[in-house]
Amino acid sequence: MARHQGRGMASINYPIGMNLGGDPSQALVHANPDGKFTVALSAIDLGQGMKQVSRQIAAETLGVPIEDVYVDTADSDTGPHDMGSFASRGTHRVGNAVIVAAKEARGVLLEAAAEELEVNADDLVTDGKGNIHVRGAASKSITVKAASQAAQFKQGKTISGRGIFLIPLSNVNPETGEMSPVTAYAHACLVVDLEVCDETGDVKVNKLTSAYELGRALNPKMVEQQLVGGAWMGMSHALYETPEPYYPNPENGGRDYNEYLMPGPGDIAPHDIAVLERPAPDGPFGGKGPGEMCANPVLPAVANAIFNAVGVRIDTLPITPEKILRALRAQGGARPQARRA
Amino acid sequence: MLEFRKDLFADERDDNLNVIGKGEQRQDMLGHVTGRTRFFDDHGFDGLLHLKVVRSPHHHARIRSIDVSAAERAPGVKRVIRAQDVPVNKNTLLSLIGFGKDDEPTLAVDKVRYKGEPIVAIIAASDAEAMAAVKLVRVSYDPLPTVFDVQEALKPGAVVVNETYPGNYFEYHDKYDHQKLRFGDVEAAFRTADHVLEERYQMSPIEHASTETNGTIAAPETNNRYVVHSCAQGLFFSLGTTAKILALESNRLHFIGGTVGGGFGGKVDSLTEPLAVLGAILTGQPVRYVLGREEEMQFGSPRGAERHVIKDGVMRDGRIVARQITSYFDAGAYTRLSSYGVVKCVAHMPGPYTIPNVRGDAYCVFTNRVPATAMRGFGVTGLDFSIEVQMDKLAHLVGIDPMEFRILNAYRDGDMKAHRRVAHNTALIECVQVAAQKVNWPLSETARRASSLSGGGGPRAAIPPTVTDESGRIGRPETRQAPPQLTPGAAPLPAYQPAPAVPVQQPAAPLPNYPSQPAAAAPLPAPTPPVQTPPPTPQHGAARFSSVFTRRR
Repeated sequence: MARHQGRGMASINYPIGMNLGGDPSQALVHANPDGKFTVALSAIDLGQGMKQVSRQIAAETLGVPIEDVYVDTADSDTGPHDMGSFASRGTHRVGNAVIVAAKEARGVLLEAAAEELEVNADDLVTDGKGNIHVRGAASKSITVKAASQAAQFKQGKTISGRGIFLIPLSNVNPETGEMSPVTAYAHACLVVDLEVCDETGDVKVNKLTSAYELGRALNPKMVEQQLVGGAWMGMSHALYETPEPYYPNPENGGRDYNEYLMPGPGDIAPHDIAVLERPAPDGPFGGKGPGEMCANPVLPAVANAIFNAVGVRIDTLPITPEKILRALRAQGGARPQARRA
Repeated sequence: MLEFRKDLFADERDDNLNVIGKGEQRQDMLGHVTGRTRFFDDHGFDGLLHLKVVRSPHHHARIRSIDVSAAERAPGVKRVIRAQDVPVNKNTLLSLIGFGKDDEPTLAVDKVRYKGEPIVAIIAASDAEAMAAVKLVRVSYDPLPTVFDVQEALKPGAVVVNETYPGNYFEYHDKYDHQKLRFGDVEAAFRTADHVLEERYQMSPIEHASTETNGTIAAPETNNRYVVHSCAQGLFFSLGTTAKILALESNRLHFIGGTVGGGFGGKVDSLTEPLAVLGAILTGQPVRYVLGREEEMQFGSPRGAERHVIKDGVMRDGRIVARQITSYFDAGAYTRLSSYGVVKCVAHMPGPYTIPNVRGDAYCVFTNRVPATAMRGFGVTGLDFSIEVQMDKLAHLVGIDPMEFRILNAYRDGDMKAHRRVAHNTALIECVQVAAQKVNWPLSETARRASSLSGGGGPRAAIPPTVTDESGRIGRPETRQAPPQLTPGAAPLPAYQPAPAVPVQQPAAPLPNYPSQPAAAAPLPAPTPPVQTPPPTPQHGAARFSSVFTRRR
């Protein structure tokens, strides 16, 4: 009886946004008279950071400090239409709508500043710290606050913008499946190191090592939490979870977190991640979105590592100790495969 | 541990930005870590009532009678809602985008099609009183035969689960019992392949298990409107669904949400919004309908199970020359979003690899289980598991290192994908190279020098002459396995025109040791350039899925 080490890998890609498109998002951006901005959306923050990523995109586009932007979502009376937070569409779709809205608001802001400075708006730049100045002449400047107050109380301008992003709906050919699914894909490759006990069928995941290509990482901390959390979910899908342990038999489902199995704190493996950034040509600042895809490579990589460890193929998820033991028995014991590196 | 490989694709980025690329703290972080953020269930109302539903104990049964008299007299009960009280008691979620037929009641009418299906709703002054009254509802059933296996459900004469779809399959394009993908000629390629490997993969359903269960608080406002505190993942999606089921103009509903305790796809179905609002309408008081943990785990929609059968033809040198995938999505008793997941799955075939002959057949199948729905990556997660285990087996079969095998077959910029669009912005090869580097996995010089930016396009951008067939016509299951027939010359599909925005690479020389794939593979006539026809008129915002798939009903 022994614990056998195994290493397995998988590589994947993932489509960004609703398949076939046709899923619009809108954004409204406006400033109060002090030059503080609100972004109104109907996108949903599920914990993934929808508000924060929209806020950073708005601040970058407007050219103002991030603390001068807040995101208000989701109230159907004040937030414009949005398809929803699913299909890895939030960053890509909502982000693009926010850029359109913020560009329009920035245009009015610079016009107001130009009128106060008596220059051409095309010659103005923002420093990202709350100031607007003439390109190449930092002393000829006005604060965002002063320009906004002038717009509101002197010039009668509304510093606001509207944005929508829509990828038109694609047809699907019934005969060939020809279609335009999405415009951008994220990519990943993940390596799992684990050990399999040939007496109990128990699998212990020791380490995850991965490379994820996500377009530009708009907020690296939020990317990291998505990738770490998503890999945990992938491990859980691979080895633990299901409400129907003997599918298609519909019985024996868990009723709570005690009966519904998922990895606990002691089962979590360290995860060493490399992030690659190949910007999506039509993504907001090149962003794609790590939302859904981060779990996907873990499932097959675990299965492949189990084969590497003991020589059995489990093609039915989840890979429970029972399935491993039955396969080992059928095979006549563990047959470790060639070690990799 | 997280590192950035800024050296890769550096010339495609401007890294001098103010806020983008910075790990700024979230605006809502303080509220979350101090427990002060308000979620839907943190909205208190005077006179709040509580709604619970009576659920079917049977997987499939005819409802003979429903007696609510004892429940109506029970302490604290304010109102009993029955199927006839629901204004539009038949809906399908994607009807909002014109996709599919209404097939699911809010409260069951004549029969129940899965264990846990709601039949009657009770509104009472407290949760406990509502739950006690639920037990007093007397429903008498005639149990019916059941079907739980997707391939059993597709057989002629199988138990009919959902009468809207009498063949137990979702109907695509008003024509087929599944969605097809046809690219090249897999049968011819299998005949010339050095190895053919056919394997079956199965995943089980998975529960979303969000910290916050599904729920809604709805309350009358003073202006003939209703405020709805919702956990929906699509605010307007849920608003539209609720408006349709309750036959209300959409502006009589004021949905508030946006801060949700985890979703993962489990909060797209509007499981609680319609009944909570209907309760507020019928009682004139605020109504709270929240699923308990057991209720959600047993009867809330899970990620559906998928079965994928993959048959590959591979050459001794590692080139995959044909891939055929037959997929079965277990939708459970009603469509919800499974029909969409199937098309997404077909779009994902054959994975991130350039394979010159691909055939896909994907079915959305009805069975007597809890309806499935979206979950993180659905349509793709199960297929990726199947493809990547298959890739490992193929690499083993031909004796090639699994990382090298991925790089050899990886798609590159300029390659034609099976859904007939040119790949661009690809990075699979670089991900494999970086992962290998991190774990000191030895790669050959050729694999280390491979790049997504070169070696694609050219012959790899061609659309091969394609075999099409009429197998699986609606109502004709006997045609399902019909042998494919080669359609000579003009295939019945609009000639491919790359969208102007997509860069198409000029023919490039194949990499050393990486023969270009399509040319060598199957004994097909030399690929002819696609017929040049004007690109299809782009569709704009008003386009609906009805034009894509099926008539709106």
